[in-house]
Amino acid sequence: MNKLPTIVFLAFVSTMTSSLVYSNEWSGNIALETRLFNKEGVPPAEYQQYGSVSIQPEWYHEWDSGKQSFTFVPFARWDQRDDERTHSDIRELSWLRVFAESELRIGVRKVFWGVTESQHLVDIINQTDLVENTDGEDKLGQPMINYAFINDWGTVDLFVLPYFRERTFPGVNSRLRTEPYVDTSNPVYESNDKEKHIDYAVRWAHSIGDWDIGLSYFDGTSRDPSFILGLDSSGNPAFRPAYYQLQQVGLDLQATREAWLWKLELVNRDINSENYNASTFGFEYSFYGVFDSASDIGLIMEYLYDDRDQAATTPFQDDLMLGLRWASNDENDTSLLFGVISDLDDSSRLYSVEASRRIGESWKLNIEARIFSGIDDTTHPLYSVRQDDFIQLELGYYF
Amino acid sequence: MKGIILLSGLLAFTGVTYAETAEEKGLAIAVEADKRDTGWRDQATTMKMILRNSQGAESTREIRGKTLEVKGDGDKSLTIFDTPRDVKGTAFLSFTHALKSDEQWLYLPALKRVKRISSSNKSGPFMGSEFAYEDISSQEVEKYKYKYIKDDKINGRDTFVIEQYPQYKKSGYTRMVAWVDKEMYQPLKIEFYDRKKSLLKTLTQHDYKQYLNKYWRPGRLEMVNHQTGKSTTLLWQSYKFKNGFRKRDFDKNSLKRAR
Repeated sequence: MNKLPTIVFLAFVSTMTSSLVYSNEWSGNIALETRLFNKEGVPPAEYQQYGSVSIQPEWYHEWDSGKQSFTFVPFARWDQRDDERTHSDIRELSWLRVFAESELRIGVRKVFWGVTESQHLVDIINQTDLVENTDGEDKLGQPMINYAFINDWGTVDLFVLPYFRERTFPGVNSRLRTEPYVDTSNPVYESNDKEKHIDYAVRWAHSIGDWDIGLSYFDGTSRDPSFILGLDSSGNPAFRPAYYQLQQVGLDLQATREAWLWKLELVNRDINSENYNASTFGFEYSFYGVFDSASDIGLIMEYLYDDRDQAATTPFQDDLMLGLRWASNDENDTSLLFGVISDLDDSSRLYSVEASRRIGESWKLNIEARIFSGIDDTTHPLYSVRQDDFIQLELGYYF
Repeated sequence: MKGIILLSGLLAFTGVTYAETAEEKGLAIAVEADKRDTGWRDQATTMKMILRNSQGAESTREIRGKTLEVKGDGDKSLTIFDTPRDVKGTAFLSFTHALKSDEQWLYLPALKRVKRISSSNKSGPFMGSEFAYEDISSQEVEKYKYKYIKDDKINGRDTFVIEQYPQYKKSGYTRMVAWVDKEMYQPLKIEFYDRKKSLLKTLTQHDYKQYLNKYWRPGRLEMVNHQTGKSTTLLWQSYKFKNGFRKRDFDKNSLKRAR
């Protein structure tokens, strides 16, 4: 009885394996990580040392002279103490078909939009995997159908996003969590379709001489929840994430003039009967071959603005980011990025250091540190993590 | 055959009445080299780079490249890094220009991010090697001023020795001295002089082969930095021409799915 599916499957496999270019290619990485906190946390998350291991393999298969390909990227992390940080995700599981003047992608993917460094306002397709890292750079895989029309006047990308991914949050046993913690088992949705609400997005992107420009529109469930104070199933206080419907218009712009990169991101958001604008803009200037060496130094300055001001759900409503990037350009790609985001209305500062260096051909050491400083106001969005300064060491093996 | 003999006879004759300056002769050699290397349309290459530090410790990089010839302007190229493994999938798109700034984008696969990057770091090292970005970018006649110095022999081959002076901004060199093979019109050796006019690097190009019965390509490049003692070997493992590449294969969309 099961013969037909087997034959269909074999036929499928045989078309996939004929005339292949890059077939059955595995790569990826395994990493050991430890996070060290300099202060004790609020019990039960009082530990100062956390260890974890993560794996992210990638399988890539290409056929039809490269016009079709399939990519599968699962991810998993096991944490020694933190149940919420022990998690797994499908980062990518997608099929690509390349046509003469267009590209079709179906499946789970990650898409990035934007130009600035301090925060990513325009970038909206993927949900943030917040338990992975506090900086919001890690994302969950998003199911989608994406069709790209490629024209002389720019690329138009259409997205249908049929399933919503909830944000991950540190649990009651985790450091870097809110007080009370976020109970992800019971989210609130504005739409009756809840996580099955179908979201849409469109983006036009083009390069004209020194200018790179992107204009986007999103209509769907906001990736960024609000919080409702309530009780969890055990009757303890907890925040419930509330996901409202959002319409966002986004603009990202970069002018590249010699060693200057001028950057702007601007969004207008319509959410929960409120309309507001937020923006990040600034520059990066690079000095090449400093001190008679091969190294480069880049200076970054960005202003972060949100016109809801103190009512903003983000900590970055009137803030200045100053950054320093150093790249050794040596055979080990040693590099360092230091940044500080200062609130211009109070004394709060967020310091961040990221450094990395390759060891031999296959290993890489990554160091990250975050310091939350001068957060005295109990209503500050980062008030609950003010004791959570940490340094994170990661040793990765790449295959 | 007759026509060529007649023509060279004519040139010999005009040579008597019209003395070509060293600058004109240098330029003529560069124009001839450019003419002979025009019309290949596109190429796909695989390369291995071996980096050696002053103690002789080695590390390797595996790279694939696609290039589209653009007539009347610099070429378009897409470079994909396969190793070291932590940068696998990183890809670099470049639209080169003779005197205008190049347009460059970098794709970072972990973030799925395409970054437009400044092309001002022409003198910066490519992938930590002794090759600078300006050494590997497309060579256009207008990029330099030239001066013929003398004839010389290298490994028994006849060469023209010409000096090249970069005319584009941000070059790390004040002068390059090239030994151009008289038969292939390809360099066998280039010396690079830094901004302080001292000898910085020497490049030698080996194992030339002819493709499509016309275009000469080296199989191995050796770049030695005299000031640091570091060196880089660039091995071309394959050249493939007539791939039918189009402009569309060199845009931000193709950069994002480069493999």
